[in-house]
Amino acid sequence: MTNTWGDIRNADVVLVMGGNTAEAHPVGFKWVIEAKIHNNAKLVVVDPRFNRTASVADFYAPIRPGTDIAFLSGVIRYLLSNNTIQHEYVKAFTNASFLVDEKFGFQDGLFSGWMEDRGDYDRSSWVYQRDDQGFAKVDETLQNPRCVINLMRQHVDRYTPEMVARICGTPADKFLKVCELIASTASPTRAMTSAYALGWTQHSVGSQNIRTMAMIQLLLGNIGAAGGGVQALRGHSNIQGLTDIGLLSNQMPGYLVLPKDIEPAFDDYMKSRQFKPLRPNQVSYLSNYKKFFVSFQKAYFGAAAKAENNWAYDWLPKLDVPLYDALKAFEMMNDGQMNGYICQGFNAIQAIPNKKKVRDGLSRLKYLVVMDPLHTETAHFWENHGDLNPADPAKIQTEVFLLPTNCFAEENGTLVNSSRWLQWHWKAQEPPAEAQPDIWIMAQLFQKIRQLYQKEGGAFPDPILNLDWSYLDPMDPQPEELSKEMNGRALDDLKDANGNIILKAGQQLDGFAQLRDDGSTMSACWIYSGSWTEKGNQMGRRDPADPGDRGISPNWAWSWPANRRIMYNRAGCDPQGKPWNPERALIWWDGKQWTGLDVPDFPPTIKPDSGVGPFIMLPEGVSRLFSVDQMREGPFPEHYEPFESPVRNVLHPNVSNNPVARVFPDDRKEFGKADKFPIVATTYRLTEQFHYWTKHAHINAVLQPEEFIEISEELAKEKGIGQADWIRVWSDRNSVVCKAYVTKRLKPMKVDGRMVHVIGFPIHWGFTGLARKGYGANTLTPVVGDGNTETPEYKAFLVNVEKTSPPANAPVA
Amino acid sequence: MELNRRSFMKLSGASLAATTIGALGFGAAGEALAADVRPFKLTRSTETRNTCTYCSVGCGILIYSYGDRAYNAKPAIFHIEGDPDHPVSRGSLCPKGAALLDYVQSPDRVHHPLMRAPGTNEFKRVSWDYALDRIARLMKEDRDKNFIAKNDKGVPVNRWTTTGMLAASASSNETAWITWKVVRSFGMVVFDNQARV
Amino acid sequence: MTDLQSLNVIRISASDANPPQLRQNVEVAKLIDVTRCIGCKACQSACMEWNDYRPPVGYFNGTYTNPHDLSHDQFTLMRFDEWVNDEGDLEWLIRKDGCMHCTDPGCLKACPAPGAIVQYSNGIVDFIEENCIGCGYCVKGCPFNIPRYSPVDKRAYKCTLCSDRVSYGLEPACIKACPTGALLFGSKADMTDVANGRVEELRGQRGFPNAGLYDPPGVGGTHVMYVLHHADKPEIYSNLPKDPHISWLVQVWKGAYKPLAVAAMGLAIVGSFIHAVIYGPNEVDPHDVEAGRRMVDRRSRGVIPPRPPEPPPVSHVKPEEPVK
Repeated sequence: MTNTWGDIRNADVVLVMGGNTAEAHPVGFKWVIEAKIHNNAKLVVVDPRFNRTASVADFYAPIRPGTDIAFLSGVIRYLLSNNTIQHEYVKAFTNASFLVDEKFGFQDGLFSGWMEDRGDYDRSSWVYQRDDQGFAKVDETLQNPRCVINLMRQHVDRYTPEMVARICGTPADKFLKVCELIASTASPTRAMTSAYALGWTQHSVGSQNIRTMAMIQLLLGNIGAAGGGVQALRGHSNIQGLTDIGLLSNQMPGYLVLPKDIEPAFDDYMKSRQFKPLRPNQVSYLSNYKKFFVSFQKAYFGAAAKAENNWAYDWLPKLDVPLYDALKAFEMMNDGQMNGYICQGFNAIQAIPNKKKVRDGLSRLKYLVVMDPLHTETAHFWENHGDLNPADPAKIQTEVFLLPTNCFAEENGTLVNSSRWLQWHWKAQEPPAEAQPDIWIMAQLFQKIRQLYQKEGGAFPDPILNLDWSYLDPMDPQPEELSKEMNGRALDDLKDANGNIILKAGQQLDGFAQLRDDGSTMSACWIYSGSWTEKGNQMGRRDPADPGDRGISPNWAWSWPANRRIMYNRAGCDPQGKPWNPERALIWWDGKQWTGLDVPDFPPTIKPDSGVGPFIMLPEGVSRLFSVDQMREGPFPEHYEPFESPVRNVLHPNVSNNPVARVFPDDRKEFGKADKFPIVATTYRLTEQFHYWTKHAHINAVLQPEEFIEISEELAKEKGIGQADWIRVWSDRNSVVCKAYVTKRLKPMKVDGRMVHVIGFPIHWGFTGLARKGYGANTLTPVVGDGNTETPEYKAFLVNVEKTSPPANAPVA
Repeated sequence: MELNRRSFMKLSGASLAATTIGALGFGAAGEALAADVRPFKLTRSTETRNTCTYCSVGCGILIYSYGDRAYNAKPAIFHIEGDPDHPVSRGSLCPKGAALLDYVQSPDRVHHPLMRAPGTNEFKRVSWDYALDRIARLMKEDRDKNFIAKNDKGVPVNRWTTTGMLAASASSNETAWITWKVVRSFGMVVFDNQARV
Repeated sequence: MTDLQSLNVIRISASDANPPQLRQNVEVAKLIDVTRCIGCKACQSACMEWNDYRPPVGYFNGTYTNPHDLSHDQFTLMRFDEWVNDEGDLEWLIRKDGCMHCTDPGCLKACPAPGAIVQYSNGIVDFIEENCIGCGYCVKGCPFNIPRYSPVDKRAYKCTLCSDRVSYGLEPACIKACPTGALLFGSKADMTDVANGRVEELRGQRGFPNAGLYDPPGVGGTHVMYVLHHADKPEIYSNLPKDPHISWLVQVWKGAYKPLAVAAMGLAIVGSFIHAVIYGPNEVDPHDVEAGRRMVDRRSRGVIPPRPPEPPPVSHVKPEEPVK
């Protein structure tokens, strides 16, 4: 989230699209209701289903799953053609005036630079025109046809209300009503917040869905303002933390990037990470990258990371492919390329698409280690549960370990919520019986393996033997020690420019501004620097006071970066440093410095008229309506159909799907075609359950006891299905038998001239737990990865539906 | 470091609301009556602050357990409710958070290390030492056999692709950091978490 | 065990001894603002957790309403209705069902067991299960169809408005849990104020001209009130009664003719009389009626001294030990 949960109260319009906040984040949704009641906000919901959020919305519009870019591009077209944008903001704080390379273009669904043989783009034309000093060229009059805003206008011109209706199934009048509500926030004193979650990410164009909304918010001047922003509501309690700390194939802590084969030496790695300003005087804060990286290497390898060995750059693994993500892992398992797998609190067989492929993959492993507080389906994947899990234990040669871990109530530690708050929590009891903390298990495992390498030697043991492990008890590191390591400390006495000592060797850093690239500081996660200083554990702070009632509570826990609560808050002020909306001011220029309720996202003493842009992490200092070469599909979002779609792409039938999404050949063979599988299916969560987890909790098992699929009354009638009848839903991948929920909340949609049915499959049931046994929605979902992140396309796929008789073992109602 | 919630409430002024609610309903005599009707179950229990483990709103929770942390008493959680001081949740919870107790006490909690041998149809209880020694051996064998120290251009790539890991997404930052630390030191690159699913 | 003489009790079931009503506490109320409810069931979950009951895992029957009805181990329940309004737009009406804590409680009036149902001066109507004889009359006496008879211990149960929490100055568990503030708790005066403000907003700014507060006068008002978008049609919210009243039979039984009725308790015909007129879905065991009769009998014969000063030795009047 760019803003905080509490800040939603400041919104004038709340757009929930690509998520179902009331369902998935009910407590955060409190602030949407507060905005309605105390700020007279309008709540707008755009979703395939009339969902729980829609039940309290002021306006609801339906949309076919997987067509959000078409809808949002239509909104951009509306804003530009009606001139309802915040002009001064757009001109000063975005790259609207930047001139784009003459070679950049778009035709028939493809941007310039397409390489058919590689299935990828050469992105060298997706750049700005540069002057002889290397700075980007701009035309502040916005007259040049190569200005970003003019190219954008041209790009979205195809997305007329009629075209939106044709692609999305959203009636044009409803679409226009949504546009009108969104456009009402172009005023500097009105703000819209956009709340999304997995309803946008879980598509083959997921990243671009979000980008399109970011562009809308920039055009409206809603980024940086109280009540504005783009809110990634996120999923699990610490998925923000796991992402921050880089537990992803290509990441390192603090969004540093793991080296690649094409960066053989440290110099090669650093060469593409200079982040030289693209406009005069810009901050381009990432130009400090080397300080963050070297301080990380010092935390990781301790004294063994030295200037002479390039801070042990060679000891890090390098990637030969963009990502070894979960989808690729199961592809590799099925290809016999993997022997071992560790699932730490991750129920892969329920969570990854195409359950059969996951089960087959796990069955081909030599060993599987599951660390979990609960008996998950993944730990029990080898058991036969009839149609629900047709495994044959005798044929499965995988050695499986299930290691019991503690739960949240049985540890100290930090979770990062979606508004980037690091909140420390305290242990209330010991884990049951022999269960142990994950930290203990990882430490034991590491020490045992390190000892084996010390004793026996083996493949390249250097990083294992040199890993810094200076914990009081090496077999049992404590969360407090690990947390302090992430904050970082001085390794030598740190001096300021005048030679005064600001921190002594061994002292905790105050923040990342103190990091050095000479090896005199260490920090395992630079963005967390400031979380555990010499003043103690800032994440344990519990003062809920909220000056100005802005919903930021600056002294509650600690927020990265630098305890800043609202990102880009400099853009909440006009170029002269006055808040666009004085009634909801966050920070302002007081004549001498930036000050206010929040920590300024700007160097504190740089004057507003200095020409320094508010987006200090970007080398151009302004935000990007044109994303340059950062997105794999192209610098502007474009509508591509889901890989399983009932219709061809009406804009460019020959490039129907995202050309850079990743599809494995065997998975492509199982893709459903509309003739055999005419019904669109989508998957989602219910508020009574959390993934595959709460079905082990009795109360939640009571609240939603049994698997069902939601279908419209129209589809039910067509197929002769009555309320709570048993139905079979199938694709070429698999088949599910469960009950039907015939509901008015789903309606067929008119798409490209014909009616399309949409059904919804809540994901929560499986073959373990206290709720009734079920298949799980991922029995049916396809394996397709988003072009940038490889997020699976769970939200739009094809199936067929028929009425069936209750299964033989069906529980008597 | 356990901060005292009551003292914070006094400081923060949040107690004002609580006092107002306290003034409603029963007086002191009524307290005695209702205590007789249905004993108030939180009297003299230990309160611990925590954060809900489920979604990313990060609601504050208060965990109530038996015992007062005396050495001879093993705390046992018997009730969990919202933390009224929390600026986002303000004491409220969703149907999952309100039922956290049933997760802590779930009959499906795993209590001992278990191992399922190839081709068999049951989990057997094993000791931690056995499990960890065996896993360490399996990992080292696989790493030694399949580790890629250099690619075909002679570039050190330090890559192990035959064993992978899916990390949690409700585990703490501290767990996350030690996991990153350990996993990458082996050169493991097949590494993902639940950010996407 | 229960101190029925407490100054906080204003009514006691099946008792001719009126409490002195000296102490008048602030009347409390739960306000259920249906228009800001998302049906998340946090209230239901918190109720189960706080009150330590766990109904069995049920099954799907074509609605999100789970379990499918209130029961002795489900004091509150979210009921879901898909309703199409006159403009043809869908509204998902979600109502938290449970005890209304009537000012004039039909359950208490119908109850033949002394001290099994009490009303406190703060308005809470509470079942004192120790005194319950399991006759089920409260079920029929309730105009909202709320109390449920337990097949396990053969007593009646319903929402207590967390009288245990309220007595310690806390809000009820459901109120605290509610994420969207659809449930509010405070004095009845304050809750009425808040509700009026909401109604004004719903009528003026949200397009619900018939929005209103549900605080039905037929039962003297309630200590659980609803803000409804369509207060003119409460029945569309899972059959919320439009104009609830206590059944005339209960009025006869416990109203103007109460002395007569008490006297009638001694008569052999009482069983068949009550059985005939208030017979409901719960089987009323003649044994239970007999227990009630015995208790009244004992008191009128002086076996139990009239109250005040001493409460009845409740343990002697239990029809049988709970089967647990």
